[in-house]
Order: sequence, then structure tokens, then C-alpha cells
Amino acid sequence: MNKIAKISTFAVAGLAIAGLTSTAQAVDLNVVSWGGAYTASQMNAYHKPYSEKTGVKINSIDYSGGLAEMRAQTEAGNVTWDLIDVVLSDAITGCDEGMFRPIDIDKEMAAAPDGTPASKDFLEGTLLSECFIPQIIYSTAFAYRSDAWGGKKPTKMADVFDLKNFPGKRALQKKPINNLEWALIADGVPLNEVYDVLDTDEGKDRAFAKLATIKKDVIWWTEGAVPPQLLADGEAVFGTGYNGRWFSAIAEEKQPFAMLWDGQVLDIDGWAVPADGKHVDEVMKYLRFATDTQRLADQAKYISYGPARKSSGPMVSKHATLGIDMAPHMPTAYADQGFLTGFSWWADNGDEMNERFAAWLLQ
Amino acid sequence: MALPAYAGPIETTWYYTFRFLCACIFLFLITPILVIIPLSFNVEPYFTFTSGMLAFDPDAYSLRWYEDFISNTQWTHSVKNSFIIAIFSTILATTLGTLAALGLSKPHMPYRGLMMGILISPMIVPLIISAAGMYFFYSNIGLDQTFLGIILAHTALGTPFVVITVTATLVGFDQSLTRASANLGANPTTTFFKVMMPLILPGVISGALFAFITSFDEVVVVLFLAGFEQRTIPRQMWSGIREQISPTILAVATILVIISIALLATLEVLRRRSERLRGMSPG
Amino acid sequence: MADDLTQGGPVLAADGTPLKASLNKAMRKNRIRALLLVAPLFIFILFSFLVPIIDMTFRSVDNWQVGTLMPETTKALAKWDGKDLPDEPVFVALIADLQAGAESREIGKVGTRLNYEKSGMRSLITGSARKAAKLKEGPYKPLVLKMNKRWKELETWTVIKRNTSPYTAGYYLNAVDMKYAKNGDIVRQPENRRIYGKLFMRTFAISLAITIVCVILAYPISYLLATLPLRYSNLLMIFVLLPFWTSLLVRTTAWIAMLQSQGVLNDLFVFFGLVDDANRLQLIHNLTGTIIAMTHILLPFMVLPLYSVMKTIPPSYMRAALSMGANPVVAFVRVYMPQTLSGIGAGSILVFILSIGYYITPALVGGTGGTLISNQIAYHMQSSLNWGLAGALGALLLASVLALYMLYNKIVGIDNMRLG
Repeated sequence: MNKIAKISTFAVAGLAIAGLTSTAQAVDLNVVSWGGAYTASQMNAYHKPYSEKTGVKINSIDYSGGLAEMRAQTEAGNVTWDLIDVVLSDAITGCDEGMFRPIDIDKEMAAAPDGTPASKDFLEGTLLSECFIPQIIYSTAFAYRSDAWGGKKPTKMADVFDLKNFPGKRALQKKPINNLEWALIADGVPLNEVYDVLDTDEGKDRAFAKLATIKKDVIWWTEGAVPPQLLADGEAVFGTGYNGRWFSAIAEEKQPFAMLWDGQVLDIDGWAVPADGKHVDEVMKYLRFATDTQRLADQAKYISYGPARKSSGPMVSKHATLGIDMAPHMPTAYADQGFLTGFSWWADNGDEMNERFAAWLLQ
Repeated sequence: MALPAYAGPIETTWYYTFRFLCACIFLFLITPILVIIPLSFNVEPYFTFTSGMLAFDPDAYSLRWYEDFISNTQWTHSVKNSFIIAIFSTILATTLGTLAALGLSKPHMPYRGLMMGILISPMIVPLIISAAGMYFFYSNIGLDQTFLGIILAHTALGTPFVVITVTATLVGFDQSLTRASANLGANPTTTFFKVMMPLILPGVISGALFAFITSFDEVVVVLFLAGFEQRTIPRQMWSGIREQISPTILAVATILVIISIALLATLEVLRRRSERLRGMSPG
Repeated sequence: MADDLTQGGPVLAADGTPLKASLNKAMRKNRIRALLLVAPLFIFILFSFLVPIIDMTFRSVDNWQVGTLMPETTKALAKWDGKDLPDEPVFVALIADLQAGAESREIGKVGTRLNYEKSGMRSLITGSARKAAKLKEGPYKPLVLKMNKRWKELETWTVIKRNTSPYTAGYYLNAVDMKYAKNGDIVRQPENRRIYGKLFMRTFAISLAITIVCVILAYPISYLLATLPLRYSNLLMIFVLLPFWTSLLVRTTAWIAMLQSQGVLNDLFVFFGLVDDANRLQLIHNLTGTIIAMTHILLPFMVLPLYSVMKTIPPSYMRAALSMGANPVVAFVRVYMPQTLSGIGAGSILVFILSIGYYITPALVGGTGGTLISNQIAYHMQSSLNWGLAGALGALLLASVLALYMLYNKIVGIDNMRLG
């Protein structure tokens, strides 16, 4: 059995080494974000300057959203992530379930350059969870192929539901969120009443019925990179997507697309600190740096998401490489044409609506 | 089943129709795999043949997707990970599986059927269920997002193949050989390595190849257990297909097809060797 | 010795012990040696594989949240009869639990759990916990009822009381499209929320379709492979074995390249004028794509067992039937096919088992029309975080696979499973 003994010792030793290397770099911060152009903008605006200043290495880790991994790590008592970029609704859920650490915003976050405390400097209505430091305002909005219907161009979101005048496939996200709201708005519900109507059984039926009118012309997407590609390939004429993705398709890749800001759904994205993280002190220092006025304004040089601080707004300038003025590409510039997502309504009704939506897709 | 000389027109028609049908099915099996090979040399970022490619214009072909693959650290990293994980889990699976197969083939093995059923179960249980169970359990004991966790998971998935192939070789194994060896004074270790090992080696190696390819190709467990650091080639392909389908994936796919051809050839050589050794068939 | 035998005494071994005992001892030793060889793998599989799966099944009935995080309310509600709103003591307990839960920041777990059974429970619990932290003095009942109108609904209390039990059938009910009605009875979900039953049925239907297509495609080529001379059939076997050994992701990618609307097949159709360029066929991200790709992936699993059975059938049977004047078709159906039934059975069960658990291919090429139950399990694992429901769906799927596995074992025998 000598050889086998040798082989197994070798294997065990190898495993130990493999296991060790994954945890060896202990002093670095593991920062989790969405990947792609978005993470790149964070690297340029936050990670690189911070590493140069302090020597702390930032490991950027990609994830595809959601709290599954965070919850698994918390349950296991083995939290390897130090900071995570989350949408507001996930921050609220995670905060309620004790996964994230509450933050005393005025004490732990930097004030504006003019001395305004942080709690007054972040845009009104963005500080919705004590575990959440807002970073950007983004929107989910429609874009269309500007060459799809000759000279005719859609002017309002309701045109998406108009198959007669604007035929072709629509690329929608395979989730009820936003789609139900859009269906109601297209059906004539005013922006500010959407969630009141959706809260009734008739309202839900109405939303699904309206959505059903275009169901056969919908291509459902699940990854944010897909809708711009579907439009570029000519597989769809309308698509919903994150405005930053549309911006890079339109401004950087010069695709023949145009934005339809009408009906855009604004949402807030920001940071949350895992409560049981291993480097809470270090990460709070980083977070203070990464969410100050200058850093938030810097990020807007690389991606068209609106900074969450009032004091950063006027500092938004031109794109770092393209040299175009970024202000008109910010969703916040068209805030009056859209609405803020109803995260509290979705927190309560998400489970039920997701099931109903899945059942509806099966029909 | 050559066509007999006396075949009438009906037989002849049927004979050729049947052959044509079979050819179509074989085409269905092989075409998708062969089609991606030329497509991976496409100079354009498309998944289909351009007119230049059909005209065999050399400018329509390029190695750019292979260059992209080699220069992209995410891909090269995933290649390294895939090999680390597959090699360690193959060693573990082969060792554990061969020992178990030796035990299972002993005539006095109690609860043989039940044991076999349990040891084969990782192959039968749908991967999504194995992955779900491992995800919960491994993260509870801190093994998620580690190489060790994935290696252990892949070992579990790979052992059934080793058990099956080695047991199959042992079916034809003449137990009197070990008795003869013992009678002649060899100790069990010597007997194992000098007498048994050469005979069951083809089975062990093909089991190891199965275990290797199981780990190398596995993505569901990796999807759940792996963090960004442990991404493997199939995991990278998975997100590539879901997010941005670029011909780089075709380049990777072509390389993987070549690897499988090599594996297939190795197995064939082993099979022939094993048959020759046991005198079961000529050459 | 001769005396011993005639007297019927025990036969002795060389060392003087009775032969029977000596044999038994040797047998026991052999048995232990065999067990020792199997033990490492058995223990490994037990802990790395079986325990995790049992752990997952346990999650599908585990209901710790309310009992652990709201211990006072659990105690107080034990005596509640469920006919009217509870009395003050229950509200005192509720406030104590909510305050403690807000302090420990874990009350959201109760909200998440209860929201699976009734929409709105999440904000009711977390919102009330936030408000409860500010409450100082009782009586609490009127204060709580003022906090949120839902506290006045009897159903709210029924839901909480039902979930004070440490185990629940709720996830399994959900997994078979049932639910608790307002009064606690078990009823079917409303039509527009029935999904898992349909998905299970669809998964079985698609798997069955794939199995049938596999039989139809595998039969002729296995027959050809089994009847051709070895040097040809070995060559043709590569067509079966190469796909078998090629990465699943590679084959799925290949089918995307083949089937997408700007892909190889559609280009061919357009080139030959079968399809108009503007109306390319939708072959992928739907049921068609799933069935084509999965058939391709699973076909070798049908060909290999069929081939090995056909290989054992002597061609003389068919020749005999033909020479005795049977019509070739009749001879084939009555003489040849019955002998291949075991191969068809083995291959079919194998293909069926593999396809009902498939995840990767349907997720990549299935779109909305071609997704299977495993995709829903993954969704609840990764997106909705309803791990209890994922566990319940997984356990149901596992049960059906195990049933088929036993059937397979009966027909083929696990021992006879051959690879490659």
C-alpha cells in the first residue's frame, strides 16, 4: 500500500495548499460589485486612488446581485466579503435580517466640502435604510432602434404597448418588477397612483392583462448585458435596460439606439457592510473615502449614473475618454418623467408576484 | 449487413433509405461539434459563416479569438483552476473508488447491492439537487468558495465512474491468480501491485479519465459553491453564454473538443490493451 | 479421522479447531477485509454527499424562525383559541419579542418566513418592530392595533400561530400548488398562481418526449453499428462517443451557434430559399431548442445500452425467420425487436432520469418555454432565497428520480451498468 499512502499524503498536502492560498491574503479588502463597466468605473474612481493613498489592496469580486451568497456566508458564520454593492431593496431586507451593519451616517461618513453633514448631503429619499450608503441613482428605461420604423419614432413609454404602430420584438426583463408598473402606466394609470392600483386585486389583474397584449412579442432577458445586444443584432426593436448600459451602447459603441426616458424607473444603488465581516474598521475607512463628494463625482466620468450626493451634482463633468458632457445622460436629469421604484410594496408582494409572473409565463 | 446479391428492388430501396437515415442521424450527432471548429477562426464577431469564409478567403479567417482567450486573465485563470480541481479530485476519486471496487468484488462482501446503490448515487441524483445540498451544507462548515470544497464535491461526483469501471474489470479477474501469488509467498501488497494492478489498470485509468472529465466539465456545483476565485472553464463559458456571447467561447470550445478527442483515443487504446491482456478478442 | 467421521464428530482443521468454526472465522475475516476496503469511500460519500442532501431535505420542513425569535408570543399564543383577536397578554408578549428582535436585528427573518405564506407580513413584522422599540407603557393591545390595520385581521394571527410549530408542511404545500386558506384549511392555489404542478408535468412531458425521440434516433444507428463488420462499426462509433466525451457546455454552445436566428441553420434555410430572410425561424430559447439540444446530449446514453444488447443477438435468428418465409417487416417486429426490449428499457430509464434533472441546457437555450423544474429550484436557491421551497421541490424531484432508479436497478441491475 506504500504507493497509495504516498499518493494520498500528496493529495492531502495538495489540498491543504489549495485551501490555504484562497485565504492567504488576509489584509486585503474584498469588495463585491456587479462587474463589467460598472465595476470598472468604481475601480477608476475609488479603488485605485484609495490603494495609492493607503496601500490597502482592494480585491474586486463580481456577483450577479441578490443576497443568496451573503446569507449563506452569514449563516455559516464565515463572512469573506467586506463590502458589497447592493440595490436598495436588498439592503433593506439584509438589514432587517441582521446581515448588514447599521451605519451612523454623520459620524462615519464624510461631510460635504462646505461642511454640510452627510445626512443632509445625500439626496432626499435615498437614505432609506440605516445599513445603506447610497452611491448612485440609476434607472431602468426603454431604448429603441432609431431605424426601426422609418421616420416614425416613439415618444412615450406607452408606445411600447402599441404593436400596430411600432411592430417588432420587445426585450423585457424576466421579472414582474417594473413590467407591471409599465403595463399599468401604459393602460392610463398616472405615475403617482401606480402602487395604489397595484395593491388591489383588480389592479394586479389589469397589469397582467395589459402585459398579455404584448406577450407574444416579448423576448425575456435575465442578464443586463443582453438587451443592448438584442437590439444591436436586430433581434428586438425595443428593450428595457439599465441606463448605463444604454449609454455605453449609444455613446461608446455608436449603436443606432435612442433613449425613451418617459416612464423610467429610478432606483438607488449603494454600499452595505456585512455585519460579521472580518475587517470592519478598515472597510469603514475605505467607505468614508469612496462615498465622499469628489469620489462620487469622479465615478460619473466613467459611467452615466447620477451621484447620490447633492454636492457631487455640480461637479459632474465630461466623460473621461469620450469627452462628452455627462449631465444630459444622467437619469436624474429626467427624474420628472419617471418614478422611484416601490421597494416597500415589492418587499411585501415580491414573493407572490414572482410566483404569479412565473405561472403567467407558463400559460 | 451487406446487401445480398439476390436483393430485389424493394430491398435495395429499403437498404439505401435505411443507410441514408442512419447517415442523417450520425450527421446530427457530429455536425454541431465540427461546425464550431471553423467558426472559431472567424475574423468577424459572428456565430455563423461569412461569405468570405465560404469562399476560403484567408483574410476571413484569423486567430483573434484564440489570442483573446490567451490574453484574457479571467480565461487563463479559469484554465488553471479547472486543472487544479480536476487533478486533485481525480486522484482522490480514483484512490477511494478503486479501493471500494476491490472490496465490492470480494465474494464475501456483505450488503453488496445496497452498498453499490449508495456509492453510485452521486451519479444518479440530479446535479441541481446535489449542488443545492452541498451549497447549504458546505457553507455551514465554511467550505463554500474554497478549492477544497469544490474538490471534495467533484470527488464525490467522480467516484461512481471509478467504482463502475474498476468493478467491471474485476468481473473478468481470475481470483485464483491472487491465491497463486499468495501460495508462492508474496505478501498482499506485492500481490496487489504485481498481479492485480497490471490487470485492472485499464479499468482504473478509464475510471480516472471519467472522473477527470466529470470534474473538468462540471458546472452546476461550481455555480453554487465557487466564488470568483475558483471559477473554472465551464463556469466561465456559462456566464459567457448568458451575458455576452463572443466567439472566444468557440475558441475555448474547439480546444475542449480537441481534449476530448485525445481522451477518447486514450480510452480506445486502453480498451484494446485490456482486451488483448485478457485474451478476450484478437487485437 | 475415520473414527471421528463414523462417530459424527466435527471435522477438524489443521490447527485442531473445528473446520466449520475455522471457515466461519475466515469468512468473517474476509468480510471485514471487504468492508474495510469499501469503508473509506462509504464514509466519504456519506459526509460529502448524503448528509448534505439529507440536510437539504430537512430544510424543507424546518420552521425555526417564529419559535426561536418570538419565544414569548409562541408561548402566549399556545392558549389562544383562534376565534377572536388574542387578549392583552399575547400583545405584551408580542411587543417583548418585537423589541428583542429589533435589538438583535433578526426580526426580519420572521418577516421573510411569514411573507411566504401571506403577502404583507414582511412589512407588518419589520415595521411594527421598528415602532415597538419606541413603545414604553401598556396596555399594548390598542397601541398595536393602531400600528397597522393588519393586526386587526384574524388571519394574521392564524398565520403566526401556525408557524410557531418548529416544523411546517407549508413548503411542500407550496411545491404542489396548495396553500392554507384564511381559516387554516388546505386548499389549491388560485389558478393564476399554480406553477409547480404544471412545471413538474411539463418536466415529465419534455423528458418523455426526449426519451421517445432518443429511442427513435438511437434504434436504427445502434442496429447499423451492431450489424456492420467491426472495423466499420468501430469507426462509426466515434460519431457516438465524441459527443459523449465532449463538454456539455461546448455542445450547448454549438447548438446556440447552429440554431440562433443569425445562426448556421437559419443561414442555410435562407440560402436555399426555404425561409425568407426577414422571417427567420425561432429555433432557440423555446421548447424546440431545449428538445433538440437535450436529445443531442442524451442520445449516446441511449445508443450505448441498445448497441450492447443488439450486439448479443445472433443474426441467425433473423435469417431463420426469413428463410422460413416470414415477411422481413414481420420478422423484424416479431423476432428481433422483442430481444432488444431490455436495451430500450435500460436506455429509456437512463435518458429519462438524466433529463428530468437537467439544468444547464434548459437554462441556456430554454427561454421561457423550455425551462424545467430544476431551473425553478435554482431560482429559489439563488434569487428568491426561499430555501425551504427549494428544498421541498428538490425532495420531490429526488423522490421521483429514486423511484426510477429502483426501477432501473430492477430491470438492468446497477452492477450491469457499463460505460463507454
